[in-house]
Formats: sequence, structure tokens, C-alpha cells
Amino acid sequence: MKTIGEFVIFCLEALRGLFKRPFQGREFIQQAWFISSVSILPAALVSIPFGAVITLQLGSLVQQLGAQSFTGAASVLAVVREAGPIVTALVVAGAGGSAICADLGARKIREELDAMAVLGINIVQRLVVPRVLAGMVVAMLLNGVVSVVGVSGGYFFNVIMQGGTHGAYLASFQALGQLPDLISGEIKALVFGAIAALVACFMGINAKGGPKGVGDAVNQSVVITFMLLFAVNFVLTAIYFQVVPQKGA
Amino acid sequence: MGVEVRVEGLTKSFGRQAVWSDVTLTLPAGEISVLLGPSGTGKSVFLKTLVGLLEPDRGSVWVGDQDLPRLRERELYEVRKLFGVLFQDGALFGSMNIYDNVAFPLREHTRRPEREIRQIVTEKLDMVGLLGAEKKLPAEVSGGMRKRAGLARALVLNPQIVLFDEPDSGLDPVRTAYLNQLIIDLNQQTDATFLIVTHDINTARTVPDNIGLIYHGHLAMFGPREMLLSSEEPVVRQFLNAQRIGPIGMTEEKDADELAAERRSGQELPPLPPIPRQLRPSNGLPRRAERTPGQWCRENGVMPPIGSFV
Repeated sequence: MKTIGEFVIFCLEALRGLFKRPFQGREFIQQAWFISSVSILPAALVSIPFGAVITLQLGSLVQQLGAQSFTGAASVLAVVREAGPIVTALVVAGAGGSAICADLGARKIREELDAMAVLGINIVQRLVVPRVLAGMVVAMLLNGVVSVVGVSGGYFFNVIMQGGTHGAYLASFQALGQLPDLISGEIKALVFGAIAALVACFMGINAKGGPKGVGDAVNQSVVITFMLLFAVNFVLTAIYFQVVPQKGA
Repeated sequence: MGVEVRVEGLTKSFGRQAVWSDVTLTLPAGEISVLLGPSGTGKSVFLKTLVGLLEPDRGSVWVGDQDLPRLRERELYEVRKLFGVLFQDGALFGSMNIYDNVAFPLREHTRRPEREIRQIVTEKLDMVGLLGAEKKLPAEVSGGMRKRAGLARALVLNPQIVLFDEPDSGLDPVRTAYLNQLIIDLNQQTDATFLIVTHDINTARTVPDNIGLIYHGHLAMFGPREMLLSSEEPVVRQFLNAQRIGPIGMTEEKDADELAAERRSGQELPPLPPIPRQLRPSNGLPRRAERTPGQWCRENGVMPPIGSFV
């Protein structure tokens, strides 16, 4: 319970630090570049089979129902609403978050963070805020990449493998999908990116017990982030269905 | 000019494990104090509590009229600007070279032009003998060099209180001797209040104006150097003379059986060795806090061991 309380205070501090000046622009750009460089390729590579699996699963189902022309619609919904933000967040947390946590954890045990605090520098404002912002921005941008690659993967498998028509796949995009789906996907990615970076930073700056402690912190940060992601995803999805009227409902 | 630091009833524990309790001492302004203690007695924890990096369970740390554990975060950051801390491994920022590490506090807290920063950094690096190593990354230099760079960084804002966390650990005896001389010279030049946490007996015997000893979760003694070096208190005597005979055991405290066996075997602590003279600044000028050799012993009617202050 104490740790949860400390994490909440830490998040509030990070939120407050967001509005404090001077903003660490250079650190933000470095971190955004770093998270992108370790996330783009894995995210793209994961999203191709992800989109394909959704199409394959749905393809056979909708074929049995005689609604094969709606495969595109279902694939877009699944990828844009759910798979995109989740894949993005898993990759940002797994590749970027673990690196952030290891970096801050190593700095903690080398007493670099203490040295910074003694020099009168607020660690949250200096190190955490740029990383959280970078995590959010990269997650949001990456979500776009994952969505496009995922839908393209679905298209490829539907049209090439399952013999679907490309016109029906593309035309059905509008049947169920709508702009708020994309917006909700981006909001989810933003929130998940923030969670991944916040958990990674929190675990990193609280690492203790030498190099093993850093390893433990990285492990815990990834596990906690994944658990939080799915819980928060459920809440956000439930809210979305309450707030946004669905097509055909 | 240094600032007095008053510690009153300071107590710290981690969960159920008490580190030390009820520590009360005053670091006199402008003087050098050494805090000794066997490994694992929480000396570094004390140092971090002093500068507000760790929160004590109870007690106060007064710097001027401000009690550090009671300060709000923003006020604490301001007070910390009075401090310079040399951490055990130097705690340099791994992504910056040595020059940028030393320049970091100046760039963060002052609006000095880069030309002026270069002048100050060069001066500090020269002082710690690191000219020529400016462009190297911390990972590319030895532990001793990292430590000296850490010292240059700690001093670059001319702090009024300087804390050293085991400045001699990992250094060879010659470098330790140079570092001890550097500490004395710095104290003369800056007049700042120094606290050195160490377990190097030679440093403790020759460098400070005051010595403190933490043992078994308490401050066993704190006072002028000559007071502790002439003390008959078994713990102080055993530690300051690096003896096996006495209450300090391999783990921490010897039990009654071990002490009784020690007495039965007729083992006794050897007589107190002579008190060495305190190191003097290399330019020959006195420090403000300097006392004449044997001054404390004379003032308190204590007979120093034969051969002292020679």
C-alpha cells in the first residue's frame, strides 16, 4: 500500500513538473529519439502478424456467416481500437520502458541521482518529465504506424491468402469504423505511453541493492506496466462505449 | 565562511532495523570533523541524512536557523546549495565527460558566460590534478580520478559545508596522503565546514579538528581530536588504534563470553601510541580553526602519551 501511495505521489509530482520551467527540451528530444529507435522496428514487426492473425481468425468466421465483405471493417476496428494501442504500449514498455528503468536504476545505485539532488536539481522535473512526455508522444506516433502496418497486414492476408476482394476490404472500413475509434486509439496510446514511462521511472529511481536490484526493478517495471495496461485498457474501453455512440447500434 | 551544523537526537531506521539512534553532535563552523565507525554502522546513511537525501525517524539537523527534516522540498533544494558532497565513487554523470561534470553545477545554478565557467573548471581540475583528463568519460578513468573529479564538482560552487563519503576508499596510500593534504589546504582556502566519513585511521589521526565514533547504533564519542586520541574508553581506544582486543568484534559487538575469554588469556590493549601532529596547510599559513599541538590536552589537564606532537 505504501508503494502504491508513493507511486501516486510520484505521478502527481511528475504532473506538476510538466508545468514547471525550464522545460528540459534537449533531454526530451534525446529520449523521444531513443524510445523511437528501439520501438519502431519491433512494433512494426509485431503488428504485421497481429493484423494478419485478426484477419485470419475473423475471415473464416465471417465467411461462415456470409459476411466476408465486412472483414475489412472488423479488422480495422480490432486493430485501431484495441490491438494498435496495446501493441504500441507493450513495445514501448518492453523496449523503451525497460531501458529507461535500467538507466535510472544504474544511476541510482551509482549515486548519480543523489549527487543531482545534492546539487539542488529536482530529479522528477529534470529526468522523469522529459521521459514521460517522450513515452507519450512516441506511443501516440507509434500507434499510427502500428495501425497502418496492422491494417495493411490484414489487407494482405485477406486479399492474397483468403481470396477476398480488395475493393470490399477497403470499402467496408466505413461500415463500422468511425473517426472517434482513431481518436480513442490515440488517447489510449497516450495514456499507455505515460503509464509505461511513469512505472519505468518510478521503479528505476527507487532501485536498491546493487546491480541485482536494478535487474529486479526492470523486471518488476515491465510486469507492473503490463498488468496496469490491461486494467486501464478495460476501463478506457468501457468509458468509450458509454460515451461514443456506435455505428449501427 | 563555513556554517555550523547542529544535529540533535537524530534517529534513523530502515523498517525494523535501527541504524543509529539519538545522535547529537555539532560540526563547528569552519572546522574539519571526521566520523568513524566499523563497516555497516550507518556512517554513509548519517551523511545522507545530514544533507536531506534520507529522512530521519526523529531529530533535527540545524543549518543556521533551518531544520532540514522539517523543510519543504523547495526550501530543501535551496539549503542544499550550501552543501558540496563527495560521494564514495565520485557519482559522476556517466553520459558527460569530466569537464562537463565539473561545469554542470555552474551551468545549472549560475548565469556565468562559458569563458568564465572554463576558467573556474580549469582551476578546480588543476587543484585536484586532473588537467588533461577533461575530455575523458567517467568510465574511461580510474576510480581515484573519478573521486578527484567528484571532489572538483563538489567544490565548484564554493560550498560552505563539504561532506566527504570515504574519500580514501579505493585510493593507494600515496594518493590518500595527497588527498588528505588537499583537504587541509581546501579548508584553509575556503574556511568551509568539513565532515569526512571514513574508516581510515591515519586520516582520522592526522587530518581533523574533531573526531566522532559511531558504534553499535550510537555515537560513542564526539570531540576534539586530542580528546579521542588520548581517550581510555575501550571502544574508542580499540578503533583508533586498530586493535583486535576490545569490545568490537568481527561482526559487531563481542559477547560477554568472548570478552571474558579475552581477559582470562591476559590480552590487553597496548599503551596509547603518541598523538601525531595535525597536518598543516602546504603554504605554511595557519587555518582559522587550527589549534596548537597539545592545546586541548593542556586546557583539560590530560597527559598525552609520551612522544606525542613530535
